[in-house]
Amino acid sequence: MSTPFLSVRDLRVHFSTEDGVVKAVDGLSFDLEKGKTLGIVGESGSGKSVTNMAILGLHDRRNTALDGEILLDGKELITATERELEELRGNTMSMIFQDALASLSPYHTIGAQIGETYRKHTGASKKEARERAVEMLRRVGIPQPDIRVDDYPHQFSGGMRQRAMIAMALVCDPELLIADEPTTALDVTVQAQIMDLLKDLQQEFGTAIIFITHDLGVIADIADDVLVMYGGRCVERGTKKEVLRTPQHPYTLGLLSSMPSLDGPVDVPLSPIPGSPPSLLNPPSGCRFHPRCAFAEKVAGGLCSTERPTLEIVDGRGSACHLTPEQKREIFDGFTAARTH
Amino acid sequence: MPPRLLTPYGIRQENPTAMFRFLVRRTLGAAVIMLIISALVFVLFYAAPRDPARIACGKVCTPETLALVRKNLGIADPLPVQYWEWLKGLFVGREYTSFGHCPAPCLGYSFQNREPVLSTILDRFPTTISLAIGSSVVFLIFGIGTGMLAAVKQGKTLDKVASSASLIASSMQIYVVGIFATYLLVDQLHLLDRANYTPFTEDPAKWAAGLLVPWLVLSLIFTANYTRMTRSQMVETLSEDYVRTARAKGLSRRTVFFRFAWRGAMGPIVTIFGLDLGTLLGGAIITESTFSLQGLGLLSVKAVSTNDLPMLLGVVLVAAAAIVVFNIIVDSVYALIDPRVRLA
Repeated sequence: MSTPFLSVRDLRVHFSTEDGVVKAVDGLSFDLEKGKTLGIVGESGSGKSVTNMAILGLHDRRNTALDGEILLDGKELITATERELEELRGNTMSMIFQDALASLSPYHTIGAQIGETYRKHTGASKKEARERAVEMLRRVGIPQPDIRVDDYPHQFSGGMRQRAMIAMALVCDPELLIADEPTTALDVTVQAQIMDLLKDLQQEFGTAIIFITHDLGVIADIADDVLVMYGGRCVERGTKKEVLRTPQHPYTLGLLSSMPSLDGPVDVPLSPIPGSPPSLLNPPSGCRFHPRCAFAEKVAGGLCSTERPTLEIVDGRGSACHLTPEQKREIFDGFTAARTH
Repeated sequence: MPPRLLTPYGIRQENPTAMFRFLVRRTLGAAVIMLIISALVFVLFYAAPRDPARIACGKVCTPETLALVRKNLGIADPLPVQYWEWLKGLFVGREYTSFGHCPAPCLGYSFQNREPVLSTILDRFPTTISLAIGSSVVFLIFGIGTGMLAAVKQGKTLDKVASSASLIASSMQIYVVGIFATYLLVDQLHLLDRANYTPFTEDPAKWAAGLLVPWLVLSLIFTANYTRMTRSQMVETLSEDYVRTARAKGLSRRTVFFRFAWRGAMGPIVTIFGLDLGTLLGGAIITESTFSLQGLGLLSVKAVSTNDLPMLLGVVLVAAAAIVVFNIIVDSVYALIDPRVRLA
């Protein structure tokens, strides 16, 4: 088996705060190949964004402890120096943020901001960088790019800003693109356009994409593989089809049940997951989902509250749950049947 | 759609007509403000229980002499008439029975020393300007510099020292620090010159030497404010999303700090500085009296204590004009710093 392009092994991100240590990510592993898209799903505070900030090395070094392994094309990022990371950021790996208006500098033109990344990594002149910026804007579908390049972010519409953001992230043809909820703030039509754009660009450049979202519909659209996070841990992994069609973890099941399905019967009521996300300062013992899990009492010996379920991945498929295979089949097959006629 | 201006890369140009309209509108607004201020000073002056004519008349004062003095001082007429005369003098000049013609812009004659107000103000203004500009340079350099340093070293010893020092400095009083500084630096250590004013045009070196102590003392209090403001603005800007984006682009901490965060922190600092400079140009009363510098501050104090209405009006008007003008400048500069601000 060849080494994957991005390999995260047992990643732990712990913040020290005045109240104690927050275990934002607690032992996360995944691989990502070039040209593939990994969707990371989870509630707010599940560690999705923290994971990706750690990959870029943008965590606050004063209070954050990283542990584990992040290998990008064979290079260890956790022990890399700030200098080395600066070389990689925006160049080999880049990121698109959720709120494009807040994430673009209000004081610089769109062109200057795109060109800046290009100049930093290629040493191009201002003129070349500007031409490159125009070209990138054209590629992401901004009309009249040679004119709009001198606009400021506030003169762009929401969708255009996100396109500009993508242009900025892709200006150096990165091999890894991390998209942190890039479509959450956009309306659905624009959202669809942005997704199509990302897919096109991925095909063109063979970029590996990590797509963070809490929107399963978006995942269904763009991801190849899906990783479901809960309380800083991965609870389920598999291909998009496996996770969305035949979930193996009660949390994934809960997520799916709380959103309407277009192709399923309309009379199935939505059932939200009870309770609220766990405190990462003082997380629940055993399985972190057990206080909210509808099936916890089915597990013999109260195992859910005492022992952390292991995540065993076979052929990229697995879930961390104490339910026996029989119990799972009983619970999840019923769900699958209800969703698909 | 208006024609697009050719802009240099990354720099925005304000539409000239918009800029012009902005300036016209603000200037008109400023004129109205000055009108109101001068009228207020007029009213307040006469609301005071002292009669300037009674004071000028002397100890032995018959009703006839008093009436004559009134007439001579130009305060025999009803208030609105007086105000109108004064206002008219500003634009067309004014005839005085005792002094003769006072050319426009005429601010009248001082009750006290019988000299044209304008020439006295013009005589004192350079001292005040020198004090204001010199101390501004000092407090901007030290204030912003220390604030930036504290922001870089946020939470570290240097930050704590700078923050505490600025808190102590901001609670100092000029008349205490001024006297102490003069005693220590001038009398004891002979490091600096005693405060005095030499016109810049006469001898720049002496001008600077004579004002150095007042500059340092006056800027001490301001420095502290600017340190704290710069620090908090920088820290706030550094937590903005676009700063994180800049880091995600691969820009170094230093580049981010000076190219992005600085820009965001500048706005509020420019605003406060505009107001401070306007105030300083109206005369730094305490500093001027501490160091016996004959600027507008001392002049206004004297005008109040001697019931000298024309002088008081003149000084207030100059001070108000300074503040209003710098407000307009601040707003224009703000539009240059922040492209989201429209001069509309």
